[in-house]
Amino acid sequence: MNSLMMIVIGSVLVNNFVMSQFLGICPFLGVSKRTDTALGMGMAVTFVMGTASLLTYLVETFLLIPLNLEYMQTIAFILVIAVLVQIVEMVLKKISRSLYMALGVYLPLITTNCAVLGVAVLNSREGYNLIESVVNGVSAALGFTLAIVIFAGIRERLASSNMPKWMDGFPGALITAGLMSIAFQGFAGLVH
Amino acid sequence: MSKQKLSTVFMNGLITENPTLRLLLGMCPTLAVSTAASNGVGMGLATTVVLIFSNLTISAIRNIIPEKVRIPAFVVAIATFVTIVDLLLKAFIPVLSKSLGIYIPLIVVNCIIFARAESFAFKNPPLASMVDGLSMGLGFTLALTILSSMREIIGNGTLFGAQIMPASYVPMTLVVRPSGGFLMLGILLLLVNAVAGMFEKRKLAKAEEEN
Repeated sequence: MNSLMMIVIGSVLVNNFVMSQFLGICPFLGVSKRTDTALGMGMAVTFVMGTASLLTYLVETFLLIPLNLEYMQTIAFILVIAVLVQIVEMVLKKISRSLYMALGVYLPLITTNCAVLGVAVLNSREGYNLIESVVNGVSAALGFTLAIVIFAGIRERLASSNMPKWMDGFPGALITAGLMSIAFQGFAGLVH
Repeated sequence: MSKQKLSTVFMNGLITENPTLRLLLGMCPTLAVSTAASNGVGMGLATTVVLIFSNLTISAIRNIIPEKVRIPAFVVAIATFVTIVDLLLKAFIPVLSKSLGIYIPLIVVNCIIFARAESFAFKNPPLASMVDGLSMGLGFTLALTILSSMREIIGNGTLFGAQIMPASYVPMTLVVRPSGGFLMLGILLLLVNAVAGMFEKRKLAKAEEEN
């Protein structure tokens, strides 16, 4: 229990995927102009990362390792993720129209979100068991959601303020993210 | 395709449409591995190799892939070359393989490779696609080298591991921390925008003069 708690705190705050590991930067910069879309993206990513952690763990333990195919990890994982995203999209479309409308547009983007493949590879490198993998996947995604929502909130304010011409857009956004990342460094002492 | 056109394709990737500095693609590896110049160059070259071969393969089979399954086909082609590069690095340059770590398998989801497969290799013949892969890869390497040299010099006082700042220089460690990555890339983009803005202004002034 204790170690699971450490994984949660570690992934959400200390080793935040966006702020200290640089995973998921593309959606972080791309889908962060408004807080509600940022939240939608965060929720979609959380769902996919949790499920992907579970599936990639199963694929690795019951398929790759018994067959001595560990070197196929990258190919196997990215295929699992691509198929998963496709299935989630189809299921959502059938079951819940409203949820599909809310999250649907973000789903295709998630296949190329390096946070998803990143968490799968990290789980395997850290040697996490099934429960630890899923907990790590979900909490890393929650950390992503936390960062992207805060960032979107700041960018909403920035959009209405007067920025120097060359700072406008990405340079300004990156410097904002840098300042946020300094704040996240303050969590470094929480887990050893 | 004529020679003239191939050289345009080449310059396009290196400067005009530099993937990192102008198109803002592939931000994750750019920020993550740019703490030391050698990592930046290594990452850039690994990505270049993958880009050349994935572009070549996709371009060669572009007429037999149905439009609908092109994305899974791209993924498999790209993942194959990433695995090859990963295994080669592990065998021949283990130091680099260790310091790039998880970011080598993550070349698979580098948006630069996807973007070139989709917007160039799927529509152009193999030779041009290889040149495009080479130039985009070198453009990425160039940007990574500039950023990682800046970070290594300011944050550590060294360049490619050799001390270049005077001994009295106190390294600004913030710059090699994750937050410094965001800040330095922000500043670099700011400079690039400023220079590009100046060039555009001069071009406009020239066009007006000619009129």
